[in-house]
Amino acid sequence: MSGSPVIEVDQLVTHYGRRKILDGVDLTVDAGEIRVIMGGSGSGKSTLLWHLLGLYRASAGSIRLLGKDTSTLNHSQWRDLRKNLGVSFQGGALFTSMTVGDNVAMPLREHTDLDENTIRIMSRMKLEVVNLGGFQDLMPAQLSGGMIKRAALARAIVMDPKLLFFDEPSAGLDPVVAAELDELILKLRDAFNMSVVVVTHELDSAFKIADKISVLHEGKVLLTGTVDQVQASKVERVQDLLGRRPRTTEVDADEYLKRLTEEEYGEYIQSVRG
Amino acid sequence: MSNRIDFSEHDQFSVVVVEGEVDLSWSAELRNAVLEALKGSNNLLVDLSAVSYIDSSGIAALVEGLQTAKAQGKTFGLVSVSAPARAVLELARLDQVFAIHQDLAAAGNAAQ
Repeated sequence: MSGSPVIEVDQLVTHYGRRKILDGVDLTVDAGEIRVIMGGSGSGKSTLLWHLLGLYRASAGSIRLLGKDTSTLNHSQWRDLRKNLGVSFQGGALFTSMTVGDNVAMPLREHTDLDENTIRIMSRMKLEVVNLGGFQDLMPAQLSGGMIKRAALARAIVMDPKLLFFDEPSAGLDPVVAAELDELILKLRDAFNMSVVVVTHELDSAFKIADKISVLHEGKVLLTGTVDQVQASKVERVQDLLGRRPRTTEVDADEYLKRLTEEEYGEYIQSVRG
Repeated sequence: MSNRIDFSEHDQFSVVVVEGEVDLSWSAELRNAVLEALKGSNNLLVDLSAVSYIDSSGIAALVEGLQTAKAQGKTFGLVSVSAPARAVLELARLDQVFAIHQDLAAAGNAAQ
């Protein structure tokens, strides 16, 4: 592991509507590092991922990917940056009207002028890497959940990206396939010096692959540390996650009532004001 | 280390010597060099000892070389494969597909 940061997030604040989802997130990921982002449902980990990918605009704060401030990039600059990013979405996000082979080859056809024979070899090679060798002519509808996830990973790595984002690699997979994917993530880092950000709530997977783990809770980074540091943490919410203990959240009565009734309240105010 | 491709002739084989980081920016040159060298050689080796990085497009160029050589009844192998190149070959299990020789002497023995 070496080099300057590939991701620098500084005081990131995001909202969905009026609800604050990320509340001042700081995150630094070094080149060649495997960073796992953990957190319970609703902790903001997927939202953080989508902002890192530039799919949403933040309310405040900044994100630098591979040294570039993403808020200042124009369309063409984003396109250049994305050539160095790979993303494997939780649900696969394969194009259902394309064969598996065409799905995997798509980034190469979109972003390079490589010879078609080279593209065919590269995309089939990545199918071999994810143990889907020979499946290039199948349609996504013919694949199992685990195969879809692996095909999506093959597409994500077909350009040998510097930075790979992987959303819930193990979710819904049998333990053997999940373990194979963990191994593959480690090998990808070693062979291509890829930096990898994995969003997961699978503890076994996180502990196996992570150089560092960042634990998110209610839109904040509770803790960033090595596997040992996270396991030794005395922070209650971290222990809840590790011990699979149900969380006990205190209810802010006023805030809760506003959330339940806000729209009617808004209409009421409007009607009063005439 | 600069990126470059050299050629050398030996009694039993021709050698394409690759140096530097092989990535999308110039892997097409490696592809052309390998395919061109195969036109004039029945036994081609690609020396990867000075390759500090090779991406999938570079590996694809080597696969295409092997594919072309086999189709023409020629032999094609890799020699002195650097650790970074070997890691990528092993990831795709291509170390089991290519003839890989430790050095030119070993390649010479294998050719006899």
